[in-house]
Amino acid sequence: MFTKELLDKSSQLRKKWEDEVRRIVAKNPDQKPHWSTVSDLEIKRLYGPEDIKDMDFERDIGYPGQFPFLRGVQATGYRGKYWTFRMFSGMGDAEVTNKRWHFLLNSGQTGLSTAFDFPTLMGYDTDSPKARGECGKCGVAIDTIEDFLTLVKGIPLGEITTSMTINPPATVLWAMYCAAAEIQGVPLSKIGGTIQNDMLKEFIAQKTLMCPPEPSVKLISDTVEFGTKYVPKWNTISISGYHIREAGATAVQELAFTLRDGMEYVEDVIKRKGLDVDEFAPRLSFFFNSHIDFFEEIAKMRAARRIWAKAMRDRYKAKNERSLWMRFHTQTAGCSLTAQQPYNNVVRTATEALAAVLGGTQSLHTNSLDEVLCLPSDHAVQIALRTQQIIAEETGVANTIDPLAGSYFVEALTNEMEEKAWEYIEKIDEMGGMVAAIEKSYPQLEISDAAYKFQRQIDSGEKIMVGVNKYITEDEVEIPFVEIDDTVEKEQIERLNAVRRKRDNRKVAECLNDIRNACKKGENVMPYCIEAVKNYCSVQEICDVYREVYGEYRDPGVY
Amino acid sequence: MADRKLRILVAKPGLDGHDRGAKVLARAFRDAGFETIYTGCHQTPEQIAGTAIQEDVDVVGLSCLSGAHNYLYPEVVRLLKEKGADDITVIGGGIIPDQDIPKLQAAGIKAIFTPGATLDSIIDWINQNITPRE
Repeated sequence: MFTKELLDKSSQLRKKWEDEVRRIVAKNPDQKPHWSTVSDLEIKRLYGPEDIKDMDFERDIGYPGQFPFLRGVQATGYRGKYWTFRMFSGMGDAEVTNKRWHFLLNSGQTGLSTAFDFPTLMGYDTDSPKARGECGKCGVAIDTIEDFLTLVKGIPLGEITTSMTINPPATVLWAMYCAAAEIQGVPLSKIGGTIQNDMLKEFIAQKTLMCPPEPSVKLISDTVEFGTKYVPKWNTISISGYHIREAGATAVQELAFTLRDGMEYVEDVIKRKGLDVDEFAPRLSFFFNSHIDFFEEIAKMRAARRIWAKAMRDRYKAKNERSLWMRFHTQTAGCSLTAQQPYNNVVRTATEALAAVLGGTQSLHTNSLDEVLCLPSDHAVQIALRTQQIIAEETGVANTIDPLAGSYFVEALTNEMEEKAWEYIEKIDEMGGMVAAIEKSYPQLEISDAAYKFQRQIDSGEKIMVGVNKYITEDEVEIPFVEIDDTVEKEQIERLNAVRRKRDNRKVAECLNDIRNACKKGENVMPYCIEAVKNYCSVQEICDVYREVYGEYRDPGVY
Repeated sequence: MADRKLRILVAKPGLDGHDRGAKVLARAFRDAGFETIYTGCHQTPEQIAGTAIQEDVDVVGLSCLSGAHNYLYPEVVRLLKEKGADDITVIGGGIIPDQDIPKLQAAGIKAIFTPGATLDSIIDWINQNITPRE
């Protein structure tokens, strides 16, 4: 990167600077002995040319839209289009959520993102004994396509893209989306969006669970195959680090485990479905957390692009440039927010959102200030959306692509994160891949270690959370509180029962049997799922077939 | 017989998967010298009450961040009582709005710890309020 003359000069000046630092510190010691990121990565007082002297411009940096895509996948950056303002949203029943969606679209949101409630996420209907008390609490309750049609009422599915955070029952909810598009008269080739559909990180972190890892990956490969053939604008997996991070992982762990999960899916689709990597890889998408440590997050996102490009080119021999693209959504870190002095969360979210934009995200959710306490109010969610709009329209950070490239610190940190991530990736390779590593509880325990260490650092005051362990105030500010009352559950069950009464139950049994047979024969379940949801099979009825054929997975509870 | 170690069951009732807090606490309890049992996510109140009795624990610590605590926590207390095990102390934590705390306490949850509670403050509460049963 630099001439020998420059490095020699730098070395001379550095020595002078070091002497000066030593002199000052001897008199006025630093505030603390160690300075590190939120993930506990040690950071130096200063970075200079010598920290990135081994970089090769063409090999390691390059240009946007060119290998290794460090500086972004789009040659035009944000000038052609800002990242998608996509607020994760869902509460109560489908009607309430549909209202919130229209409110967000009217406020300038440019993409939809669905939060489902826990019964839906886990593949249970609202009237399951296991679902009691959960309906509509953390997201929208969907039991049958009737709820789904209410959810997308007035939403033009051929124009707007929708992300659905759904994992074990992803086939079912995606089938509902496909069926809803058909009812709106929009062909499958025109709909765009994302299903999260990343089960590996569920076992590692988020814990919405249904079947064991192996058949879970099979169902995911079904969706990839179906999407490749019939829904070409759909991202069939959103390979997610968000939840890994929220579970307590470090930034490096988030990076490494997420990318290794991605490689596992690539390998399975190639092996199981016989597809060529370039047929499906361009539709793989990613999802990262943007935590509070500003530069660590930017470095993580930049490193992610470079690692993925290398892995796709070198490991899987992808030829299509788009197969090398890491496109990702970002959400600011829920776990960085505090219940204490909740208005401070606006500042945290804004900082994290800025890091995501400087990291080159394609899509962004910004958390609301009250999300640590309850479902977000209209007012809080609008401030969160406005945060993105202010960053896009006022701050000027989107004017130029990857403005931090070439910074000694940012490049050195990016390199360090990449190196450490590869160490993890290779370790998991040696274990026989991610499914094998999960079965040994390897990533789970690595994350538990990090989470425990962090909590101890907070408790001891070694790491600071404002309002929690420093700058505490006694008088807490009250915020408006959004709550879902129990009538939502009662009404949802009545709605489900009404559907069960009016549908053709013989047809339902037939559809479920077709899915059962497809599972047993190893056929792609997607076409059968679409038929089943059109005939009002419920989420749980279909998931019960999966549980019956593939078995049920229970959280082993390692800590 | 003060030598018997305190036995605690850390449990996550309902469908919630946010297990970071429960797992961190389970480790902290273990490090504090408690005999700790953690049964993983997605336990029904019946399973939790059953495990508590079978494992002969002194305390059950419940964690729920999904908003379903108003049903799930009292249900665990009710089932323990029904099975004649109301000498087991039930405590809980998670995203619990202030206005729900009196209701939960009235239903027999002895202490509620909300975000910001330190590990040591929870361990201290247990040490001060619970004596291992003989």
